[in-house]
Amino acid sequence: MLGLSRNDFLLLLFVLLLVAAAPMFLNPFPEGSEFAQFNAGYPDLMQRFVIFGIFAIGFNILFGLTGYLSFGHAAFLGAGSYAGVWMLKLLTINVIPAIVVSTLVAGVFSLIIGYISLRRSGIYFSILTLAFAQMSFALAASVLTPITGGETGLQTALHDPRILDGAGSVGGNIPAPSLFGLEMRHSWQVNVGDWLWTFNVGYYLSAFVLMIAFYIAIRIFRSPFGMMLKAVKSNNQRLSYTGISPRPYTLAAFVISGMYAGLAGGLMVAMDPLAGAERMQWTASGEVVLMTILGGVGTLIGPVLGAGLIKYFENIFSKINDNLLHQWFAFMPDGLEDFMVTIIHPFVGKGWHLTLGLMFMLVVIFLPGGLIGGLTGLYNRVFRRRSKAR
Amino acid sequence: MDALEVRGVNKRFGGLQALNDVNLTVEEGRIHAIIGPNGAGKSTLLNCFVGRLTPDSGTVMFHGQNLLGKQPHQINQAGVSRVFQTPEIFSDLTVLENVMIPALAHRDGIFEFNAFKPLRKETDIKQRAIDVLEDLGMEDKVDMMASSMSRGDKRRLEMAMGLVQEPKLLLLDEPTAGMSRADTNNTIDVLRHIGDSRGLTMIIIEHDMHVVFSLADRISVLAQGTVIVEDAPENIKGNVKVQEAYLGGAH
Amino acid sequence: MELSALLLQVLNGLDKGSAYALIALGLTLIFGTLGVVNFAHGALFMIGAFCAVTLQKILTTSFITLDETKTDFLGKPLKIKTPYVEEWFGQTAGQAIIDWAVPLAILFAIPVMLLIGFIMERGLIKHFYKRPHADQILVTFGLAIVLQEIIKAYFGANQIPVPAPEAFIGSLDFGSLVGFDPGVVIYPYWRVVYFVFAMIIIAAVFAFLQFTTFGMVVRAGMADRETVGLLGINIDKRFTIMFGIAAAVAGLAGVMYTPINPPNYHMGMDFLVISFVVVVVGGMGSLGGAVLAGFILGILESFASMREVIEFIPGINQVVIYLAAIVILLARPRGLLGRKGVMES
Repeated sequence: MLGLSRNDFLLLLFVLLLVAAAPMFLNPFPEGSEFAQFNAGYPDLMQRFVIFGIFAIGFNILFGLTGYLSFGHAAFLGAGSYAGVWMLKLLTINVIPAIVVSTLVAGVFSLIIGYISLRRSGIYFSILTLAFAQMSFALAASVLTPITGGETGLQTALHDPRILDGAGSVGGNIPAPSLFGLEMRHSWQVNVGDWLWTFNVGYYLSAFVLMIAFYIAIRIFRSPFGMMLKAVKSNNQRLSYTGISPRPYTLAAFVISGMYAGLAGGLMVAMDPLAGAERMQWTASGEVVLMTILGGVGTLIGPVLGAGLIKYFENIFSKINDNLLHQWFAFMPDGLEDFMVTIIHPFVGKGWHLTLGLMFMLVVIFLPGGLIGGLTGLYNRVFRRRSKAR
Repeated sequence: MDALEVRGVNKRFGGLQALNDVNLTVEEGRIHAIIGPNGAGKSTLLNCFVGRLTPDSGTVMFHGQNLLGKQPHQINQAGVSRVFQTPEIFSDLTVLENVMIPALAHRDGIFEFNAFKPLRKETDIKQRAIDVLEDLGMEDKVDMMASSMSRGDKRRLEMAMGLVQEPKLLLLDEPTAGMSRADTNNTIDVLRHIGDSRGLTMIIIEHDMHVVFSLADRISVLAQGTVIVEDAPENIKGNVKVQEAYLGGAH
Repeated sequence: MELSALLLQVLNGLDKGSAYALIALGLTLIFGTLGVVNFAHGALFMIGAFCAVTLQKILTTSFITLDETKTDFLGKPLKIKTPYVEEWFGQTAGQAIIDWAVPLAILFAIPVMLLIGFIMERGLIKHFYKRPHADQILVTFGLAIVLQEIIKAYFGANQIPVPAPEAFIGSLDFGSLVGFDPGVVIYPYWRVVYFVFAMIIIAAVFAFLQFTTFGMVVRAGMADRETVGLLGINIDKRFTIMFGIAAAVAGLAGVMYTPINPPNYHMGMDFLVISFVVVVVGGMGSLGGAVLAGFILGILESFASMREVIEFIPGINQVVIYLAAIVILLARPRGLLGRKGVMES
């Protein structure tokens, strides 16, 4: 079906169900209950899940298949964001040109950087990509201010030309990005018993794009091209003695993953028409590496999972404060309660990065294959034990 | 007709003259063995043919085109495949994929952006890979990970990767090293069969004289970086120079 | 552009170059001996700086006495803080000890950094010798985040000023020493100290590797690890010690850097990115290359921040290091002094 094997098609269906039903199952706790703060089913966070999922899927096509570790993919995300905002300013407030152009611009940008960086491999490649991204970040924040808005960032304004729709101000407000008039920020809220479900236009557009991105990734993974990329990772030298030139393959993978990053950047500004230079910083590049590793490098669904988990934990952990902790441990004797709060305090709220760092180390140390690798290993062990018993 | 013509090849590593004015002619459709004591320069010579090393001087002509200065993948596309001495396989991929890659390279050239065609629909390529693996007695191992195979099986996989490309010239670097006697004999049969049926030209480097004399139509003896004798197998056995080279009494 | 202005930029580049060189030296030692890419090395530099902060805090720990004869603005007896060291050693000696907190922190930082290095190597890095470089990068990157967050939790997010001893406040009129007009080429004393200090450390590391048996084995290990292991020499123990030394070098670089730039928790990351560029430009595994590239890039950065240059090429000061790295890596694939086959797979 759709040119996929049965298993892959089921995987695609599974992801489709996951993203379609996300507004419901991400809000498992009734509104107003004590656990409502663990709900993740609100538009802003769900948009981030899928957008970073797209970013990570693309990154995985490069890193997961070819083994080339880029530390500069945030540059493409940033370039896509800027291109997207410019489309919203110059052409139309409709998000489609913004999303398409941001993908293309990131593609061209990654073609240039990839062409140069791929002349080297190993850590030299990583450092070259890092250098390019840091340069882009520094320039975007300073000299390129007329294009990028500098440190304040680039955003839509009241008097942007928008030559296609001329959509000036609606009632004196800056128009919100929309899809043929359907605003991205528009949501339908449904109350089911004590539960509140929010169905947001922007989220479903992003989810739709994620499905396409995921589908393309599956096709790439299962194609001869994808196999060549795996061969690059496995034994680059041997590939050339087999009559294959590895560089065009890696460059193609680099550009594809750059375009995914640009697409994610375009979607970001479609949801919220603001792009800042910090989106290009190397910490942002590090984040997508984290997501991919956490979920499982080289697996299809791992990066999506990793992106979701990191964004979820970031959101939840950073919201927990001491008051909340005291509430939770209120059932304990006072001394113990204070002790527990003191212990947990450094890991939550502003200390969320500490948790992130620890989580990251634990995954790399104990689960080299990421969560998916760990689960597969567990499954195999159980399965094998069974077959031995027979 | 000559398939490969090597003229005046020299290669120096610092103070060591690894190859000294090597001349060699390999006729089309023949199996040509290169033998010689350890350190004679056999592997160095092979590396010069496939672009891993560039000689300091000399020419290597293959069916009239110069191989020197070409990239390894261009040389392969010209029809020269190499079977490595230490197995250089794609250890993270399955045996079948390992053989499909060179088969695809043979069909599609150095680069093909076929990112949307499912691999499992490449039935022709897959069938060819399986056929070659069957020839080498590996049909039951197609879905194994290459890394989990025995050393002997890796050697046979190497050979399958070379054979599936149907090259004009196959370079074999000690193809039977590390194999059992039975596997060695099987390999000899396979190579003999392919040599006879397809008229494939082969250059084979080998220590095992049983293999050499079972296969070779012609033998060159390399010692200290230079070809000391080139002759038919029956004339090599009794040759005094060859005995000297092997026993170390040459100088 | 005048010669004196050029000289000034060279001098300005030296202290940053020194810091780059010291961090890159440690990174290269770890990479060359252990084959590990340590992304937590910048964090070690940062921890060194916070050793100085900690010592300063310890030294200024005070007890409070009430002076009944005077009153504060609320009419209560005036509280007087007296650091314990002043109480114990007398006021003059005590104040001198506090004043010299940064140099004293060297003595404090060496055992601390060695210990941290040993623990890191035995507890974590050891298990990553055989893992892919990507895994090493990732786990040490995680460790770097953890370390800097711990520091942030204890010391806060703001920069903490740590002054140099009073004797080194002020500037050296370097220009007048070499024949320029007085007051044109001036260079703060502490930066002179930092540069000299860095040179001593670098010389000590090289001498240690060159003239001791230990160093000889380490150098042999850098050239060919397997063979040295086959000789029956216990490489592991030496590698642990090397890691400790590399950590100490980074830590000392951090201690002495505090008066130049007040430390904060993310200074390690800031320096790490550039230090990695430095190592790669110098050539992975080449100690000389790391030092050379550190100084070259430090000085280059300083030149690029000159007003004349920025007016000519806007923004160049921001990107010059990366630009240089790209050009050098493309022209010389293995960096300035790199060897073949290192870190290419």
